[in-house]
Amino acid sequence: MAKQYETVIGLEVHVELSTKTKIFCGCSAKFGGKPNTHTCPVCTGMPGALPVLNKKVVEYALKLGTAANCQINRYNRFDRKNYFYPDNPQNYQISQLYLPICHDGCLEIETEAGKKKIRIHEMHMEEDAGKLIHDEWEDCSLVDYNRSGVPLIEIVSEPDMRTAEEVIAYLEKLKMICQYLGISDCKLQEGSMRADVNLSVREAGSQKLGTRTEMKNLNSFKAITHAIEGERARQIELLEEGKKVIQETRRWDDNKESSYPMRSKEDAKDYRYFPDPDLMPVIISEEWIEEIRKEQPEFAEEKAERFQKEYGLPRYDAKILTQSRHMADIFEETARRCGQPKKASNWLMGETMRILKEKGMDPEKISFTPTHLADLILALERKEINQQGAKQVFEQIMEKDVDPLVYMKEQGLLMVSDDGAIEAAVEEAMAENQKTVEEYRSGKEKVLGFLVGQVMKKMKGKADPAKVNALLREKL
Amino acid sequence: MSRKIDDATMDNVEILAKLALTPKERKKAMAEMEKILDYVEKLNELDTDRIEPLVHILESGNVFREDAVVNGDGKEEALANAPRKKDGQYMVPKTV
Amino acid sequence: MEELLRMTALELGSIIRDGKVGVKEAVQCCQKQIQKSEPQIGAFLLTDEEKTERRVKEVEEGIRQGRYTGPLAGVPVAVKDNICTRGMKTTCASRMLENFVPQYDAEAVRRLEDAGMIIVGKTNMDEFAMGSTSETSYFQVTKNPWNTEHVPGGSSGGSCAAVASGEVWAALGSDTGGSIRQPSSYCGVVGLKPTYGRVSRYGLIAYASSLDQIGPVGRSAADCGALYEILAGTDEKDASSSRKAVEAVSGTKRDDLKGIRIGIPEEYLGEGTDPEVRQAIEKAADLMRESGAQVEWFSLKMTEYVIPAYYIIACAEASSNLERFDGVKYGYRSPKGEGLHEMYKKSRQEGFGEEVKRRIMLGSFVLSSGYYDAYYLKALKTKALIKREFDLAFQKYDCILAPASPTTAPKLGTSLSDPLKMYLSDVDTVAVNLAGLPAVCLPCGMDSKGLPIGMQLIGDCFQEKKILETAAVYEKLRGPFPVSWKEEM
Repeated sequence: MAKQYETVIGLEVHVELSTKTKIFCGCSAKFGGKPNTHTCPVCTGMPGALPVLNKKVVEYALKLGTAANCQINRYNRFDRKNYFYPDNPQNYQISQLYLPICHDGCLEIETEAGKKKIRIHEMHMEEDAGKLIHDEWEDCSLVDYNRSGVPLIEIVSEPDMRTAEEVIAYLEKLKMICQYLGISDCKLQEGSMRADVNLSVREAGSQKLGTRTEMKNLNSFKAITHAIEGERARQIELLEEGKKVIQETRRWDDNKESSYPMRSKEDAKDYRYFPDPDLMPVIISEEWIEEIRKEQPEFAEEKAERFQKEYGLPRYDAKILTQSRHMADIFEETARRCGQPKKASNWLMGETMRILKEKGMDPEKISFTPTHLADLILALERKEINQQGAKQVFEQIMEKDVDPLVYMKEQGLLMVSDDGAIEAAVEEAMAENQKTVEEYRSGKEKVLGFLVGQVMKKMKGKADPAKVNALLREKL
Repeated sequence: MSRKIDDATMDNVEILAKLALTPKERKKAMAEMEKILDYVEKLNELDTDRIEPLVHILESGNVFREDAVVNGDGKEEALANAPRKKDGQYMVPKTV
Repeated sequence: MEELLRMTALELGSIIRDGKVGVKEAVQCCQKQIQKSEPQIGAFLLTDEEKTERRVKEVEEGIRQGRYTGPLAGVPVAVKDNICTRGMKTTCASRMLENFVPQYDAEAVRRLEDAGMIIVGKTNMDEFAMGSTSETSYFQVTKNPWNTEHVPGGSSGGSCAAVASGEVWAALGSDTGGSIRQPSSYCGVVGLKPTYGRVSRYGLIAYASSLDQIGPVGRSAADCGALYEILAGTDEKDASSSRKAVEAVSGTKRDDLKGIRIGIPEEYLGEGTDPEVRQAIEKAADLMRESGAQVEWFSLKMTEYVIPAYYIIACAEASSNLERFDGVKYGYRSPKGEGLHEMYKKSRQEGFGEEVKRRIMLGSFVLSSGYYDAYYLKALKTKALIKREFDLAFQKYDCILAPASPTTAPKLGTSLSDPLKMYLSDVDTVAVNLAGLPAVCLPCGMDSKGLPIGMQLIGDCFQEKKILETAAVYEKLRGPFPVSWKEEM
């Protein structure tokens, strides 16, 4: 019988923080901008320039560490990681090795197989590198330091994951936490979340870890999944052939859907870490930790629980709505304003999701005022508008955040509540359809629907069908 | 005492330090480094088992910046001394 | 002119303030002296007459308008070439930075200019401040103004020689392992190495960040004190700069040394010390004792470990600090070599001199995998022990008296052949940097060859006032120190 293998995966995730400025200088950390316009002597590694730590970065790291149940190193420190590469202007990266800010945490993930705890080895603060682009014309590379010095938190997990599904669940969880904390938007495609996958295989039942490889440049969940599958197969094949897995860093090629080793004789992987003498140690007081604890938001799971209890939402709804803090906030505000949680949930899970999907938008991008959705729900409730009209109005709310009441009036979408007008239409319809009236009166009640339709047509759909129905019956 | 700086070590040092010594320089450097390292091993006479390494002489609490943008466009200054540049960027031998 | 040249910086500042002499006159006097002595001394790497002229006008204006009211407004000053000056080449005396023009001022430079001082030029040094003679400069050899066959010391040899030859009244130097004090001693001038973190390092091109400190060089302790007050203080751009308020060092004047406790460490005057240096220090001790100081000998047993600890730490940090010189953003880029790593290697190989490369290699080695604990960490622990020993000493003494070098200035061309021997000659100065202490070096005699002998007064952290006051009283006891240059007929 063929041997069974187990995949062992640990992740190194880099999260780019959404601070206003870089980690060690007062340059803007905003994405974009013409090359090298967000630079100063510090982030271009000019001689004599010195780094000064951005307080917000420490605060964000503490928030994330607390959310991931980490121990905090009350005395932590920056180290230099030395390696030559042009995207790194000093040729050393300021990072934390010996005393990282957080360590020994864990995150709970949930997959179809159930719940599982993934341990976090450590979390540290560091600076991002610049951008290199290849210039075909000159056959050289061009360096842009706008990203150099943008703050990152690196989260190093223990090798606790076994499947791509668990890896994705872990990343989703991290992403949710970061977004809830408002410290990063965590977009794999844009590079504000980057995951390096450390993977090894071993015979099922073995306790000993196999030799691992590290895979970089994974820019989507799809790439991660494929890279894990491919690497697992590659390593098993090597072992089956009696060969050894070499510990190395491999780069994933998204186009070829395969990875290749990144080795070079000149990239000796000896980073010569040592404490950065330019930066003072970071001291975290008990009060600071307490403050951070107090500010911890309610995360997705707790929120979902509460939505079920407090608003009587089905578990399914609660889970979907809480995937994004922004969406959850919109839900709560809408529900509170209209007093109809289930209806609010339906609008968000139905129409809102549909439009988002259609436009390829993120829930984070929803920009309407919850009151507007609440007002629309109430208008529907009051039968001032019908379902069809409401959908039309909602599209405008999504797009331009229009005030539904104003918009309905302007566009003539308000239902006619004037009984006189409906009565007139009923009488008119009856007069025009004498034959049908006769049929009804002779006991063919089925024809009522036709008459209602005629009245609605006259009312251009702006009457409550129930009311029309009642009036017709009365007149007949 | 065994030699600390053999050829393999020196190869590694040259890679780490990004230097390309001539054979003559290399020979001289190896001999001098050996001599200096022999001397600094004098520190082994000291019992430092219970001593905490001292990184910063004076520590007086946290030193932070507030998260406020204070720098504007630094492109001109950044590139003023660049040996080679193109389109507002530094030009280097290709990296891929 | 001779009269002006013989003044201290404070005296010159005072007559400029009183309008007895113009800023322009003072600068011209200094330029004339530079012209006269540079061919023999070679202290400057750069003087920029045009820029100086513009600055003179600005300062004249500023003094008139009451913008510059400090004691040194209008006084010319020289700056060591590892301290960045905006729009003015800053080379670290290295081929690597031969054409580097910083786009920013060092904080120390900014403070000098805010005080109305006029930077007349940049001074020679050992390449990247690595050396003890200023001979590792890529560009030129600076000579000792007292005897041009001798070195001025280093690495701030240019700054000290410039002050000693009357080319300027004051200069900035930097001190990582004695680079202000040792050349001050060799050149017969006064140099102050402030407490670590007291003067901002922003814009000082780093050699060893945990040890580097900018400080003044002048003709008297009072001049150094006045410059110190200009330079010292917190800088938001330097996280290692102390947040502590600066204590004024001028003002109160002592007439004697009653109640001052001075310790002389035996180890600093042991076997390797030139007997003439020893005698000069003992004589100085006697003078101070006569003035009321309690002077006694004591032991600093860690002294024999200071050189190994210093070189491991300094080289380790240097290897990292100098990684940024790679031919990409600024500095020398070799036209040879294919590909990225070859470009790096060739540029650094051709751009750095031998001593710099040696320290980079040593530093890379001691930090490399498998050696970190044995060398670097061991050195940091030794540093802790050295610090502890000084802490104990300062419970007993206000100042420690020691030579700044075991010998007077050696002859040119005799030091570089044996690096280890050169390193060992730093034995009197490096402990101060490892422990972050302030120390002032001032002349205390001449040897039989006519070369100055200097002594250090070392204080506890932030005790600049104490050591400068003691130094000022000693200067009075000693009497005026001669000048190196020949007077004009």
